Amino acid sequence: MSEAVLVVTDLRKEYGTLVAVDDVSFRVESGRSLAIVGESGSGKTTVARMIIGLERATAGTIRALGRDRSTPARAGGERRRRGAEVQIVFQDPYSSLDPRQTIADAISEVLRLHGGQQTVGELCELVGLDERQSRALPRNLSGGQRQRVAIARALAAEPRVLILDESVAALDVSIQAQVLNLLADIRAETGVSYVLISHDLAVVRQLTDDCVVMQHGRIVERGPTGQVLDHPAEAYTQLLRASVPGPGWKPVRRVRV
Amino acid sequence: MSVPGLRGTGLLGHVCAAVIVLALIVGAVGAWIAPHDPDFVDLDLAYVGPFADHLIGFDGRGRDLLSRLLAGARTSLLGPVAVVAVAVTVGTLLAVAAAWFGGMFDTIVSAALDVLFAFPGILIAIVVAAVFGPSLRSAVLALAVAYTPYIARVLRGSALRERAQLYIAALEVQGLAAVAICVRHLIPNILGLIVAQGAVLFGYAMVDLAAISFLGLGVQTPQADWGVMVSEGRNGVLQGYPLESLAAGLCIVVVVVAVNLLGERLTDRAQRGAR
Amino acid sequence: MTPLLSIDDLTVQLSVEGDLRTVLHGVSLEISAGEAVGLVGESGSGKSMTARAVSRILPSGAVTFGSISFDGRDVSALRGGALRQYRGEVAMIFQDPRAHTNPVRTIGDFMTEALRTNRGVPGVEARRRAAALLEEVGITEGDRRLRQHPHELSSGMLQRVMIATALLTEPRLLLADEPTTALDVTTQAEVMAILDDLRRERGLALLFITHDLELAGAVCDRTAVMYAGQIVEVQAAGTLHDRPRHPYTAALVAARPRIDAMATRLAAIPGRPLSAFEAPAGCAFATRCLHVQDRCREARPALRPLGDGVVRCIRAEELVGV
Repeated sequence: MSEAVLVVTDLRKEYGTLVAVDDVSFRVESGRSLAIVGESGSGKTTVARMIIGLERATAGTIRALGRDRSTPARAGGERRRRGAEVQIVFQDPYSSLDPRQTIADAISEVLRLHGGQQTVGELCELVGLDERQSRALPRNLSGGQRQRVAIARALAAEPRVLILDESVAALDVSIQAQVLNLLADIRAETGVSYVLISHDLAVVRQLTDDCVVMQHGRIVERGPTGQVLDHPAEAYTQLLRASVPGPGWKPVRRVRV
Repeated sequence: MSVPGLRGTGLLGHVCAAVIVLALIVGAVGAWIAPHDPDFVDLDLAYVGPFADHLIGFDGRGRDLLSRLLAGARTSLLGPVAVVAVAVTVGTLLAVAAAWFGGMFDTIVSAALDVLFAFPGILIAIVVAAVFGPSLRSAVLALAVAYTPYIARVLRGSALRERAQLYIAALEVQGLAAVAICVRHLIPNILGLIVAQGAVLFGYAMVDLAAISFLGLGVQTPQADWGVMVSEGRNGVLQGYPLESLAAGLCIVVVVVAVNLLGERLTDRAQRGAR
Repeated sequence: MTPLLSIDDLTVQLSVEGDLRTVLHGVSLEISAGEAVGLVGESGSGKSMTARAVSRILPSGAVTFGSISFDGRDVSALRGGALRQYRGEVAMIFQDPRAHTNPVRTIGDFMTEALRTNRGVPGVEARRRAAALLEEVGITEGDRRLRQHPHELSSGMLQRVMIATALLTEPRLLLADEPTTALDVTTQAEVMAILDDLRRERGLALLFITHDLELAGAVCDRTAVMYAGQIVEVQAAGTLHDRPRHPYTAALVAARPRIDAMATRLAAIPGRPLSAFEAPAGCAFATRCLHVQDRCREARPALRPLGDGVVRCIRAEELVGV
């Protein structure tokens, strides 16, 4: 078994009496990718926010590259180190960039912070943005181009784990395919591991090796992505799978509320 | 044709800006371009109307009114500038801190500001004047204290909205320090509203300072100041010589209207620009 | 048989910062009574704008050419009472139900408003009909639900309320603009099933706007594909996915990842979707098409019959099976 870059153990998050995440454990091996599949309210985004330190876990541990990150970082050095371990690309490409900052400035700010060896030009090239686009402000770029910028900015920290929080969900189909191909290329080139938070099973299939399925804050099924999607064992996973439109699919009324 | 900082404020915005710039120039050099010594008293000329190069005549102590208006521009404008500078700086810091930390800190700051908000500026000015003695500095201090809650409350809303933007979260995850995120990203993105609110407050501050000086709690005679001139002109008004109060009052009204109109337009623009 | 809705050569221009920008360019589409037509496209394709033109809710300052007729009536000429009656016959549901409800008013007020004010139906009767329709969309305890406020209902439940509300005026055509896009997949399946059932029971015509070709294929009789403000292809919904005739449709199908197999590489379409005003002079898709030739750029291809449908590509026959 290869080195684990991210290990989450017995993670729990409560908001008052509401248990948003309950007893969640998984590990991501170096260079492999994991999908966290679920619908709204499943707790999948809360798990992501705890991993990157935007939420504090009520209980449980999170370790990245062997270092604990379950409690908030106090010192600036520790914050930057964590930033260089795990990064995130959010769903909304419109609010994830500072509207007053050019693309090149946004990327170079992060490069300076981490003292990285890469240049703005290299990162733009990696995500398929040209020189002219790098001098533009976000409002002059399309949603797909902005998402490429968000990916480049995350990669500027040279993270070992990149969390993709529904990162292609807001994109048009033709653009989504471009970004999915780009993500595959980046993974081949850098060896970064992805944690994909998604409700879209086809995207999950395309991008990940393993998956966990969450419902009501708990993991209900886990396994290699192909196997879980082709032969779902749990009733909820079967329902999810059966709800996806495809050839010959007809919507069927299920229960009355 | 449009001045970059005034884009979207229309012709009126540009006219207002021109009036403000003119007022500031007068404030800076007024004492030197005054045709006569603003403090030279000649009781023989008391309430004498315009003649020769005394374009608007004399006040009750025979001082040249135009020269006093030009020389008085400085304190009349400096006061509001100081009030706005202090209130906007402290208000922005409180608003951004409350939005950033949220939770208990936000609750306490908001509650404290609400309490302070309940006291009118004039009341605070009377208290400050009683403690430190009446002076421009006391009046400025009092109004700064009175205006800070107002600006902090308005900016807190925008700061909260900006705080919730994902680019802020992305920078936090990168490990950028909170102060750096606020100074380099959050504040520049609400700067339009800060400037606009500052302009609106400037107008209020000018009127309130004039009122405080009128009450004798701000700028002291014989210092030339528009507010003081309105006050000193009272006797003239009763005797049928209203020119001093009118001229000083008109100066105040013109500057306040210009600043307020521009402030409103800048606020509109900042809110239009917000997503 | 005359179609229920007939859109003929519809062109719409919107005023953006003083300029007129074309958002729809020569859209022609017919929907028969009881027929379900899917309108599929990416952002900027004009699919929502088409529905807004039909329901007469275009942004102010919009300039319209061409005609829309409903049951023989010229829609653009409707005024006053005739327009109100038309709005009862053509109902619309939207992507975000929450944005289309008033948070301080009850579900009952919201549902019965049109009946009470436009049709003069007494309040008690209107509420009875509303409760009965809630039952049909699978919401029990209708009377209690009518007293609730929008925030007390989940998004999926609220969308069912919107469907029930749309059906209250007994429309003959339903315009559904991405009604399930904001919902979870399991909820989407449920809401689509309800919509499909009710539509068939009532013989209701449907214009179903979506970005999801497969979803349109599952619930529609025919599917129209839009690109850059034009319809580029229409054919039977069941065959469109497996036998696309326009290169854009084919590229859309190929670009979507599959749930049953991982592609080594997705067949991405280069560039980004264009809006009508950005489209080149010849074929609008020419800038992104893998099969483009010089003659494609010369003149805008017409929408012409091919097989059981229509297609706007001069190379459609050659490319079948490519």
